[in-house]
Amino acid sequence: VGRKGIICFVISLVIVAPRAFGASSLEEDVRRISAELRCPVCQGLSVADSPSRMADQMRDLIRERLEAGESPEEVKAYFVERYGEWILLTPRREGFNLFLWILPFLGLAGGAAALVIVLRRWKRHPAAASPSVNPAYLERVRREMAQDQS
Amino acid sequence: MTVSWKRSLIPFSVVPILLLLAYGFRTDPRAVPSPLIEKAAPPFSLSLFDGGQLNLDALRGKVVVVNFWASWCYPACYEEAPVLEGGWRAYKDKGVVVVGVNVQDTEQAAREFMRRFQFSFPNGVDPKGKISIDYGVYGIPETFFLDTEGRIAYKHVGAVTGKVFSDQIEGLLERARQAGQERGKPGRGA
Repeated sequence: VGRKGIICFVISLVIVAPRAFGASSLEEDVRRISAELRCPVCQGLSVADSPSRMADQMRDLIRERLEAGESPEEVKAYFVERYGEWILLTPRREGFNLFLWILPFLGLAGGAAALVIVLRRWKRHPAAASPSVNPAYLERVRREMAQDQS
Repeated sequence: MTVSWKRSLIPFSVVPILLLLAYGFRTDPRAVPSPLIEKAAPPFSLSLFDGGQLNLDALRGKVVVVNFWASWCYPACYEEAPVLEGGWRAYKDKGVVVVGVNVQDTEQAAREFMRRFQFSFPNGVDPKGKISIDYGVYGIPETFFLDTEGRIAYKHVGAVTGKVFSDQIEGLLERARQAGQERGKPGRGA
């Protein structure tokens, strides 16, 4: 009985294991794709995180399309075709989007460059902080002080 | 001299920010432009409440209004329901078909809604949301106006008013008339 049991266990493992692994990888793909898509009826929630009925239907559709042999990229492309780039929680890094992606880094680089220039100027002219005085005013002060002393 | 040069930089930095803010505050973040405009309407086969199936392909050559609705969508769906029924009755003999697609609803509530507004145009159910996702629907109600070639000419988000309905239908019927006259001209395509 023991040997038969082991044989049955091995056979069932051989049959079931690939399906189980396949299923988990399918669910992983569904989870990953739905996490990248915006839930259309929610405020700032992904399809993966939303409990709404529409998000549920979208997850089912993602699963169905993957099972039909579409790649994750093709599934995402389908949703973009229907809803536009808006459906992607992370916009693609191309075209105008690319500019928006690099804009903060450009700003940081510009700020750093400005800081370097200012610091260099301060180093070169350490006394520049002293305020410039109108010579006529200075002369008047001197004159009045001289009058006070006399 | 240096100061005036620096001062002239202020508008250069402030104006783009103001323009960006002005643009941002004027746009409605909920209004998502559909990428399907002027493209072929996704085909569908709708299970009708009255039984049978309605195939969109079978309506080619007619102006088609596809309306996504639900009984829980209050007040917008309740406001537009008489407009859709009235529009259907006014234009059904002029080559116009109104199709109702009920989404995320229960059958009983949907039937009650149709009874209340005496819907006589074809209505069916989209149980798995496939049709609504295919049309990029993100809110209820949404209405798509299809030309006689089966292209989506206009998408309306929110309750359809009588003016929107008649303006769109008249425009599409006129477009169809002009296309018919173009096709009828001798020597074309020869």
